[in-house]
Amino acid sequence: MPMMINGREAPVPGDARVSLLDLLREHLELYGTKKGCNQGACGACTVLVDGERVLSCLALAVQYEGREVTTIEGLASGGGLHPLQQAFIDDDGFQCGYCTPGQICSAVGMVDELRRGVPSYVTDDLAATNVAFSHDEVRERMSGNLCRCGAYNGIVEAITDVYAEQQA
Amino acid sequence: MIELTYTRASDAEDAVHRAVDGQGRYLGGGTNLVDLMRETVEKPSELVDVTGLSRAIAPTAEGGLMIGAAARNTAVAEHEVVRSSYPMLARAIVAGASAQIRNMATVGGNLLQRTRCTYFYDTDGSRCNKRAPGDGCDALEGFNRMHAILGASPACVATHPSDMCVALAALDAIVHVRSVSGERTIDLCDLHTLPGDRPDIETVLEPGELITAVELPAPNPAAFSTYRKVRDRSSYAFALVSVAAALELDNSAIVAARVALGGVAPKPWRARRVEAALRGQPATEATFRRAADAELADARPLAGNAFKVELARRTLTAVLWQLTEEARS
Repeated sequence: MPMMINGREAPVPGDARVSLLDLLREHLELYGTKKGCNQGACGACTVLVDGERVLSCLALAVQYEGREVTTIEGLASGGGLHPLQQAFIDDDGFQCGYCTPGQICSAVGMVDELRRGVPSYVTDDLAATNVAFSHDEVRERMSGNLCRCGAYNGIVEAITDVYAEQQA
Repeated sequence: MIELTYTRASDAEDAVHRAVDGQGRYLGGGTNLVDLMRETVEKPSELVDVTGLSRAIAPTAEGGLMIGAAARNTAVAEHEVVRSSYPMLARAIVAGASAQIRNMATVGGNLLQRTRCTYFYDTDGSRCNKRAPGDGCDALEGFNRMHAILGASPACVATHPSDMCVALAALDAIVHVRSVSGERTIDLCDLHTLPGDRPDIETVLEPGELITAVELPAPNPAAFSTYRKVRDRSSYAFALVSVAAALELDNSAIVAARVALGGVAPKPWRARRVEAALRGQPATEATFRRAADAELADARPLAGNAFKVELARRTLTAVLWQLTEEARS
């Protein structure tokens, strides 16, 4: 069974050691997903699998047979930008841009987790199934995505601009 | 090139038969094993993917909870019963790693993750008895502020990295395992071994034995519990010290306490001396400090981590105060 990457079928590699990240970049020429640390410490390689954010550098591609992978290239529908991509531009959510695809994919997955009521380390009331969107929640939940340029304020602002109202 | 085969187990029975020759490694979310393979710390010739095994989280007849070993960390932390009845566990899980990693990582894999000691990872330049028994330990005289103060040995001073396991130790969790010769259970507190002169051996599991589930005993509704983690940055870092604690009070007297420490030992450290020193005593600062001292009397800090003794004492005392105030309000 192939996997689906941004709506297109892609063959699963024969070599079990190929990571999902290397499959995307080296086999499929999808260079949007970035290789930062390649050891699960920076979040630059974040993609969505069946809507959940994961680190493609720590994922062996062979494990993702039959799954739906969405990378930054497949996030927007039609020819335009995803609202979050536009917000990152409007709010200076990046400087060099290397961490940006991972940040944006991560934020899309993060908002889904927030809507499901997944608790975080800063969630006070664990029993509440409705976690309020807040500055602290966004910062904690995005802590797996590092930005060496330090564009964190713009990143939080972009996410807040797109999702805070929807959440409320 | 290292040859590597990959197969996917359909269920636990299938998995243990696939790994029966002892050469294979079980693969969960890959968040630790894939990294270790890339660094050539681990060189398995065969991967048996066990992510297709049970990930169910279901009540037990004894009033507890059975968590399938393939359950993802996020699924456990967001489970309604875990949040309401085992808040210490939910808090410990969300204190660990990042959201992306918690979405991938399995419960079984979390129990078996290996130390993040940098000398263990440094295959080119460092000696490590865990990696190559008998070679020596470069952490002993090296950069060791992250290392153990309790339970270590001259052969190895590495810490166990899990947050989840610290809560599971305090909760008296039971690990269900399976092999071709049958099933058995192991108390979580007995799963991991201390390094002694064999730091390469980290658990009591036999070769090929597979973790299939983690069972939580019925919760204590009278107890107040939490998990607190102290680390170098406010998120996404391994613990310097962490405390999982549950406290049951009757007025101002401590009826029972369960305490485990993380970041300070080669295994999730159940602090039974703390528990014994708390039982039946008044919930006061003096009691808490005496209890902490009882456990930390055996601490053997290294050149770089003496601060952990005081940090553990303060964190433990602060957590016990927090729970006392919650119980009284």
